[in-house]
Amino acid sequence: MLAFTVRRIAQAVLVMIVISFIGFAVKYAVGDPVRDLVGVSVSVEEREKLRDALGLNDPFMVQWGRFLKDAVQGDLGRSYFFKRPALDVIVNKAPATLELVLCSAIIIIFISIPVGIYAAVRPNSWVSRFLMGASIVGVSIPVFLTAIMLIYIFAVGLNWLPSYGRGETVMLLGFWDSGMVTADGLVHLILPSVALSSVMLPLFIRLIRAEMKEVVETEYIKFARAKGLAPRRVLIVHAFKNTLLPVITVGGVQLGTMIAFTVLTETVFQWQGMGFIFLEAVERGDTSLLVAYLVFVGLVFVIVNTVVDIIYGLVNPKVRIAGRK
Amino acid sequence: MGVWNTFRQSFFLYSFLRDPLAVGSLVVVVILISAGFLSPVISPYNPYDTTTIDIMDADTPPMWMEEGDPRFFLGTDSQGRDMLSTILYGMRVSVLIGLGAVALQALLGIMVGLVSGYGGGRLDAVLMRIADVQLSFSTYMVAIFIGAIFKTVFGVGLYAQVAVPFLIIVIGLAEWPQYARTVRASVLAEKNMEYVEAARVIGLPSGRIMWRHILPNTLTPVLVISTVQVANAIMSEAALSFIGLGMPVNRPSLGSLIKIGFEYIFSGSWWITLFPGIVLVLLILTINLLGDWLRDYLNPKLYMH
Amino acid sequence: MEPVLQVENLTVKFSLRSGEITAVDEVDFNLDRGERLGLVGESGAGKSVTGFALINLISKPGYIANGSVRFHGRELTGLTDEQMRRVRGNNISMVFQDPMMTLNPVLTIGTQMVETLYAHRRIDKHTAEEMAVESLRKVHLPSPERRLRQYPHELSGGMRQRVVIAIALISSPSLIIADEPTTALDVTIQAEIMELLQELCLNEDMGLILITHDLAVVSQVAQRIAVMYAGRIVEIGDTSRIISEPRHPYTRGLLGALPQERPRGERLSQIPGVMPTLVDIPPGCAFNNRCTRAEEICRVERPPLEVKSCGGRVACHFVE
Repeated sequence: MLAFTVRRIAQAVLVMIVISFIGFAVKYAVGDPVRDLVGVSVSVEEREKLRDALGLNDPFMVQWGRFLKDAVQGDLGRSYFFKRPALDVIVNKAPATLELVLCSAIIIIFISIPVGIYAAVRPNSWVSRFLMGASIVGVSIPVFLTAIMLIYIFAVGLNWLPSYGRGETVMLLGFWDSGMVTADGLVHLILPSVALSSVMLPLFIRLIRAEMKEVVETEYIKFARAKGLAPRRVLIVHAFKNTLLPVITVGGVQLGTMIAFTVLTETVFQWQGMGFIFLEAVERGDTSLLVAYLVFVGLVFVIVNTVVDIIYGLVNPKVRIAGRK
Repeated sequence: MGVWNTFRQSFFLYSFLRDPLAVGSLVVVVILISAGFLSPVISPYNPYDTTTIDIMDADTPPMWMEEGDPRFFLGTDSQGRDMLSTILYGMRVSVLIGLGAVALQALLGIMVGLVSGYGGGRLDAVLMRIADVQLSFSTYMVAIFIGAIFKTVFGVGLYAQVAVPFLIIVIGLAEWPQYARTVRASVLAEKNMEYVEAARVIGLPSGRIMWRHILPNTLTPVLVISTVQVANAIMSEAALSFIGLGMPVNRPSLGSLIKIGFEYIFSGSWWITLFPGIVLVLLILTINLLGDWLRDYLNPKLYMH
Repeated sequence: MEPVLQVENLTVKFSLRSGEITAVDEVDFNLDRGERLGLVGESGAGKSVTGFALINLISKPGYIANGSVRFHGRELTGLTDEQMRRVRGNNISMVFQDPMMTLNPVLTIGTQMVETLYAHRRIDKHTAEEMAVESLRKVHLPSPERRLRQYPHELSGGMRQRVVIAIALISSPSLIIADEPTTALDVTIQAEIMELLQELCLNEDMGLILITHDLAVVSQVAQRIAVMYAGRIVEIGDTSRIISEPRHPYTRGLLGALPQERPRGERLSQIPGVMPTLVDIPPGCAFNNRCTRAEEICRVERPPLEVKSCGGRVACHFVE
């Protein structure tokens, strides 16, 4: 297990280095740190002096080294538009995105598990058939269309829910700008999280159903019944635990997709999260912010995937024990 | 004639015709795609020709509504372009990009999968690690990143000119791991089979073995994922266009149309979003259904193989 | 004394799209306390289905169409799911063929053992674990305490099967049904497991129904043998008698086909043809199309399983 963990972490570090390289290459090619610092109304001589002072005429690798050093300490450049350190801007907006993802994840877990298990255990009921059909349709509707539809029906048409923004937020612990502790914020969270979860829900339902179906046919389930265990225990402890493995693996990968989809969802709902800021940065040519987002999101992905891998290793006894030898 | 007859009597055709959903989907797909490719011929207007567009016609509702104009069957968008024509042209772009991107993914992925699976060893380990890592970033994210970088580096003007090939490249690069892994799995399974041993014993070079012997057997799973990948590619392009990293607004695809429409949804021009949206969903849905049918059909045979 | 198990006229059918097939056809036998019975036959003869039917574990589309299974005088076939559940693992246990498939890979051995106890009685963790260790000792598994924390894949095949047997033993059942318990194991281990089963039955006063296609195995362990063919029992009697003087033509054919029956260098004898699949069982006696002694009556009338002069029961028109 230890060897496994170490390998995973080493891989994570390697990936981060590659990402930082790509990010830096973009910055080098397009960015203008001088402009970021002092704006546009500065003379050419001043600029040249600044360039030298900032070490911008140094060779590529040297600059990259500097970039890395700064990055590890949390300095990813300055946002031209916001006139603040880029990382600050992103971290400031991160809670918005993370809360959105969290709510969607909750919806997904609480709906896909019971529905998936039900569809596996009673595959021929009309409820199951309907849900399977709905899930194919669901997969075919892009997330932004779902979002637009939801807005049109619930906000514009029925006027039950707000159509944009986060509503009222409260600053928790001095840095986490939370919308989950106010009723208004929660109400604003509903439509976006539903839209976001609509992408993953069909996938997870089908996955859990397929896995459960396979597991239920196995010999050890039959043996569990032959031992006289209560049906519920057979289902949950024996069957479901075996489906957890593939579900976790897929889930981990899908988390990445979810973060990608937050970019789309935030656009539709004018949700002031990281994805929204990112797109604005692209529009404005705010390179530092763009690169900072790349690196930050890259880091999040890498951490999440590594954690998922390690959890998988813990849950799957074969990996855990094999590492021991 | 012989091939046609074989096809006509094949089990494939037989089971296909028995499934109404599959047949229906194929019909719809064919209609949509042909409409898209025939768009220059069948659409009432050319939405790219700025001389035919009059801004005064903008925001006209569909023909059957009160303020509708019989000239514009489905109404016009914010620039005065006829919706029907724009949708047709947009569909052509979407399908073109979808097919192109999948062709690229398949090409890259198959090559990598073959080399990786057959070669084995360190090369295999490295290639698959790269594929895994890229997959873990989710293809959408990769596409968005690459798109953002390209747009920033090349600027908006140049970008508009190269949009179509660019999108094909972006989506193609984002999704090759899927193909690579599928092909590699097939290759690994085939590699140990007797006919490969036999070929090696005769002294055939590796390349020949890979190409002539193993490749045909890996095509079945490739075919299965290809349909779904086309649907995915179309969806990716729509998503990229929607956030502004895709087709530019003067040559809109279905995704960009939806984006335009969204900005006007509160002012009441619902048709600019609805019709492209319906067409997009229909296209993706029917391709997915076909892919599902194909997978179900091929699956038991995959095991019997 | 009343037999532990009384099976009368048991019939199991499968409801398929193409029609109904009978997998187990009017099967009759008894089992006394502590007795070891071998249920022998080729694959597809219906032995496993019979075993599963005894504890009502047949999966759809199979169902018990007819007949009675009385355990300690109590009728099992009509019980509700919950009532049946309390019998399984508790009074009647089952051992399956492949221990790697039987044990759940993601749960420890300890968990899989104590949960059987928890399912059937009120018991605390400590006592349950003690009972589990005791059970593992009975199957001669070294370091039993350590095993509780281990996972199935950490043990060898033979050890795993011992664990499965230990699980079957843990509630002190009066009957164990073992379905091909050694088929998936190495030949060297097979003998050990068989000996173990025999020893346990003697020590724990348990009945055993041993389902197998392996005549050699069954002849060592079983006191009585029931030979099945195409879903029916064709001969049943004491092991020694059946091995030395088989009466039913099929049994004779089976025993004659054993390599040990033939001098070296001579061709092995075979029964011509193959056992019919369940969909095309011939009318009358199921064996009639392969039997050298078959006559008209065999094609028309199914021979009843009756006591014959040898002391056992045989289903053949031509056995006295």
